[in-house]
Amino acid sequence: MDQRLERILPRVQKPARYTGGEYNAVMKDKSRVDTRFAFCFPDTYEIGMSNLGFRILYGVLNQMPGVWCERVFTPWPDMEEELRRNHIPLYALESGDPVGEFDIIGFSVGYEMAYTAMLNMLDLSGLPLRAEDRPGLTPLVIAGGTAMYNAEPVADFIDLALIGEGEDLLPEVVELYRRARRENWDKPRFLRAAAEIQGVYVPSLYNVSYHEDGTIAAITPLDGAPEKVVKRVVHDMDKSYYPVKTIVPSTEIVHDRVTLEVFRGCIRGCRFCQAGYVYRPVRCRSREQLAEYAQASVQDSGYQEMTLSSLSTSDYPELVGLCDDLEAFCGKNHVNLSLPSLRADNFSMELMQRLQKGRKAGLTFAPEAGTQRLRDAINKNVTEEELTESLKTAFSGGWSGVKLYFMLGLPTETDEDVLGIAEMANHAVHTWREYASNKNRGLRLTVSTSWFVPKPFTAFQWEAQISRAEYERRVKLLREAITAKAVTYNWHDGDTSFLEAVLARGDRRLGRVLEAAFRRGAKLDAWSDYFDLSRWLEAFDECGLDPEFYACRERSREEIFPWSMISCYVSDDYLWRQRELAYQSVTTPDCRTRCSGCGANIVEGGECHRG
Amino acid sequence: MGKLRLLFVKEGRAVYISHLDLLRTFQRVFLRQGLVLRHSQGFHPHPIISFALPLSVGQASDCEILDFEVNEDMDGAGLPEALNAFMPEGIRAVDCYIPVRPVRELARLRCRVDLVYDGGVPEGAAEEIKKLLLGESVVIQKRTKRKAMADIDIRPMLHSLDILEAPGLLTLEAVVSAQNPGMNPALLAAAAEVHLPELAADFVRVRRLEMLDEKGEIFR
Ligand code: SF4
Repeated sequence: MDQRLERILPRVQKPARYTGGEYNAVMKDKSRVDTRFAFCFPDTYEIGMSNLGFRILYGVLNQMPGVWCERVFTPWPDMEEELRRNHIPLYALESGDPVGEFDIIGFSVGYEMAYTAMLNMLDLSGLPLRAEDRPGLTPLVIAGGTAMYNAEPVADFIDLALIGEGEDLLPEVVELYRRARRENWDKPRFLRAAAEIQGVYVPSLYNVSYHEDGTIAAITPLDGAPEKVVKRVVHDMDKSYYPVKTIVPSTEIVHDRVTLEVFRGCIRGCRFCQAGYVYRPVRCRSREQLAEYAQASVQDSGYQEMTLSSLSTSDYPELVGLCDDLEAFCGKNHVNLSLPSLRADNFSMELMQRLQKGRKAGLTFAPEAGTQRLRDAINKNVTEEELTESLKTAFSGGWSGVKLYFMLGLPTETDEDVLGIAEMANHAVHTWREYASNKNRGLRLTVSTSWFVPKPFTAFQWEAQISRAEYERRVKLLREAITAKAVTYNWHDGDTSFLEAVLARGDRRLGRVLEAAFRRGAKLDAWSDYFDLSRWLEAFDECGLDPEFYACRERSREEIFPWSMISCYVSDDYLWRQRELAYQSVTTPDCRTRCSGCGANIVEGGECHRG
Repeated sequence: MGKLRLLFVKEGRAVYISHLDLLRTFQRVFLRQGLVLRHSQGFHPHPIISFALPLSVGQASDCEILDFEVNEDMDGAGLPEALNAFMPEGIRAVDCYIPVRPVRELARLRCRVDLVYDGGVPEGAAEEIKKLLLGESVVIQKRTKRKAMADIDIRPMLHSLDILEAPGLLTLEAVVSAQNPGMNPALLAAAAEVHLPELAADFVRVRRLEMLDEKGEIFR
């Protein structure tokens, strides 16, 4: 262990997250690898190590002979201060080597609020933030993850972005980089060649011009870069890499368990949900393979918790069968099986009852909106009857803690919809009174609302976020309408949702704002204790840009989006149609019931396998 | 059904693993190896597993003891090697056997406390520190369970002390009380810092070397 580190670690909180050396961490002989990859997660160790995608790509890269992928996370402020004070550059956990010495620095970016952490990590590594100030091929700074469907706010800082799923794409880019180095290409030549790979977006190869009103006039590809960068997907989940042998942290993380990804994509088509659109089409792992992975992962890790993960696990076609397979094994090995992201329907509740015998942890449902009309508008196909039925089953089955999640500010929302949330909560209390098997334990009902953030690649990408005053008015309206004592009402902090709305649909001019906010101290914006909107407002001021232009402005059908050079297969025509249907409160059937022609079927060569 | 005792080393990167995390880590190591631990009875059964003497975060040890119970009859032979394939870096089992002595007979600890001086060891530091620690009483302030500060005399808990000097380094080799009451060897350095502030080290490193009984014999 580095002696300088040895001195600062006793002074910081949770030092075990800065040491590496965990079980299954991949160690390689430096002298026998030619490409060192620093895989950076712009959030804490506990968050990053809980991310399945991060673990998958770590495994995929380390399978490549000659390549060593190591992990880097954002230090907590106490550690950051120690690093800076002692002039210790940010280092990778496996080797302890400074990130700045790596060949490729790859960021996994799942959410916009992590952007400043990205900048901070580059800065802590002693690297120039802007790609143009890093003229050499090495280090190459790349980024992937869901947030990169609109990479524009960080376009100035990265050399390229990977669009879509990385299992195949990332190794292709790494191989191209190795070739470039062998053949002594310069960076521009490498980037031009990389842009030919499907899924690679090279921001510097696109020229963006603006109208006077700030909207985009044109996006012009340069040097033969494609008009549209089309996302990559894994075609056959059964053949894709699954990290059976994966790192087991020696300190507690957020999701400290085996995570089985049962399928990718979602059949539902909730109109506000970016993941629901960009991960299309739905692709399942086979039940047999999942059962195999489950056993092998439990055996290898020693975990006694396992969770089935996907965007909507109730929709796994053979869920009951899979749970049958897993139940016997889990029972014998004292493994707790949990199923988050279940729908509020009877089928799912019965399954929950069966699996969670002893422990009745809290239940979470996300009706998202308070009236059937608005739920239809956003295509959240869950009815109040279904929810009531689920609650009946839950309360009579001994559950006493329930959380309900909603959004305020959804397109077409009226006061009636807001008050509908209070009604649903009151209803839930009644259901509890009538059906609770054990009233002594009391009811803990939590209603949480967030401020709706319109996202790219959704039916609501054209929408304005409602104003802050309006959001606060609706919060107040709801707060006053929730009268039952058993109900706790939580609402999201407005500052975060506002900035998220700005960044989600931001253009590349925001690069300067990001940098200015970072210079003012923004670096851990995903953590409310460290987030301060005023820094950002000052940064916008300094750059002469208006955040409301990005958050609170409705776009026209003709407007060119900052992300218009990216395709997730789902066409804008389709999304626009979905938006029109939303305004008529007309639902779209799920992909299994009927294909509604979004465009993602091209992936599967004509027709989606929806089963 | 059998009780077993595991002797293990904790060093390097693993010294930052906290007590609770280490407990979790060992439970998983056993499961990886396929060894089924005996569980407690009751509504929330948990594996029967305990450390003899919790080690502070940041300190290394050559002589940690973990007691646990298994469902089969076994004497632990071969288990250290088998477990070591499943350990995080820095934790290494060295022996496993059926315990004969109860943990309460573990009375003393032989340990090493390194005082690192970046600018070289100050003149006469070894003698001064030795004189201080082997004096009649060595009082320092310690936080009690009720968060108040209290004076304690650590002198009765120090049983022997040698100081070796190397360039930039003073090594305190000490035998201290392990429990009832025991003292954290780091307090030796803390006492020196309080009473001889001009001799304060730039960094202190602590390592447990051996577990001893009341007579100073090796405790197993
Ligand atoms: S093409 Fe049809 S079935 Fe496939 S994802 Fe789109 S809507 Fe669903």
